[in-house]
Amino acid sequence: MESGAGERSSQYSEMDDYESLISTTDAELLKRAWQNEKAAPQILRFEAALVQRSREQIQLMEETVEEYTRNGSDPLTVSLYQMDLDRTLFLLRSYLRTRLQKIEKYMFHIQKTTELWNRLSRPEQKFMGRCIEDMEQHLDQSVLSKLPSSYKSHLKQSSSSEEDDMVPEPQLDTYVICRSNRFLGAFQLDDSGEETVNIEADDLYALPYKSIKPLVETGQIDLV
Amino acid sequence: MAGQSDAQASTFSAAELEFLAEDELIEIVPNLRMDPLNLICGDFGPFRPQIATQVPIWLAVALKKRGKCAIRPPDWMSVEKLTQVLEAERDAEKFQPLPFHYVEISRLLFDHARDDIPDIYMVRSLIEDIKDVRFHKIGTGLEIISKERTYALRLKNLSAMEANIVRPFVTRALETFYKLSSPDMIQDSDSVQNRQHQTVNRGPRRQLKDR
Repeated sequence: MESGAGERSSQYSEMDDYESLISTTDAELLKRAWQNEKAAPQILRFEAALVQRSREQIQLMEETVEEYTRNGSDPLTVSLYQMDLDRTLFLLRSYLRTRLQKIEKYMFHIQKTTELWNRLSRPEQKFMGRCIEDMEQHLDQSVLSKLPSSYKSHLKQSSSSEEDDMVPEPQLDTYVICRSNRFLGAFQLDDSGEETVNIEADDLYALPYKSIKPLVETGQIDLV
Repeated sequence: MAGQSDAQASTFSAAELEFLAEDELIEIVPNLRMDPLNLICGDFGPFRPQIATQVPIWLAVALKKRGKCAIRPPDWMSVEKLTQVLEAERDAEKFQPLPFHYVEISRLLFDHARDDIPDIYMVRSLIEDIKDVRFHKIGTGLEIISKERTYALRLKNLSAMEANIVRPFVTRALETFYKLSSPDMIQDSDSVQNRQHQTVNRGPRRQLKDR
């Protein structure tokens, strides 16, 4: 279960760096990551490199603000830097919190789905481990231990269930509102290829998350 | 079973949308001298009295609150432009192009830069009217979802606030129709056989509608 999150993120970080170099600022990228994470039903890949860079920028800005305050710079300038800092801090916190909420909600599902588990950062994985322990203990102490032996699982309704039918899963066929900044052309909605939609640049669409999942994950489309 | 009902169906709060809108750029005319600001969100300035410069709205509002600048309302916020938009909005079935955050931006400027907007009462009532016409259109436009089989909805020129308001209804409605049109999906299996069933099942449903 110990994952390849490390390799994965480093591989992506190069891409991130390149992309941010040619197009957008980290503030913009962080905003996008935050919006996507908030709107997606499923947990997305942890933006390791982006979070790292944002942290560094925040730290640098904190030092700058401190220095300005110490040598008595114009209080207006200082307060503007402070506001910029607060906005970035808010984004970063909200991003991390949104992920933690998803982890708490879907921990058992993430635990048994390697792909999702690999999307978590190390601290998130640690957090989820502890969450699971607590939840199992809680369920066990309050209910499960008092039930007949075939009903003791926290994953199944009874031992006759074939699947884990007591594990909350994100609903992937839920609809999301999305926007692409470039023309993507005719896009197939379902597996059978019957339904297609023309995705134009900068237009909003309401589409099933399931069908645009790969586009969200590769950053070709943004959720709004 | 799996998947609890989504408590926060409207993904973003109004405050969060305002937060996003505050990053849009706007022109200000400072009345102070200040060195360039190298912020995390970008570099702005230098600020020289009477020399216009572009800054994010949050920065403009912060300076404005301290009486350090005048904000130049964007072009689309003039009486002339808004009158055109309102007329077109009434005549055409389509939505007129407006900035993605037009509701939030106009609200921010009304709240913080009243004295910088010429004919503020006129501008305000025009924007209210435009909003009303558009919301009415959204309402009638949504009927289309129930009239024909809809798998995807294109929301051309819809603004952030409008999309956020219709989100809970639209996404739920589409989801429900999607499920109804393919009953097998509910059983969570996607074998080839089931897919054939789906196509068969779609047929009679449409006829039912036509009657």
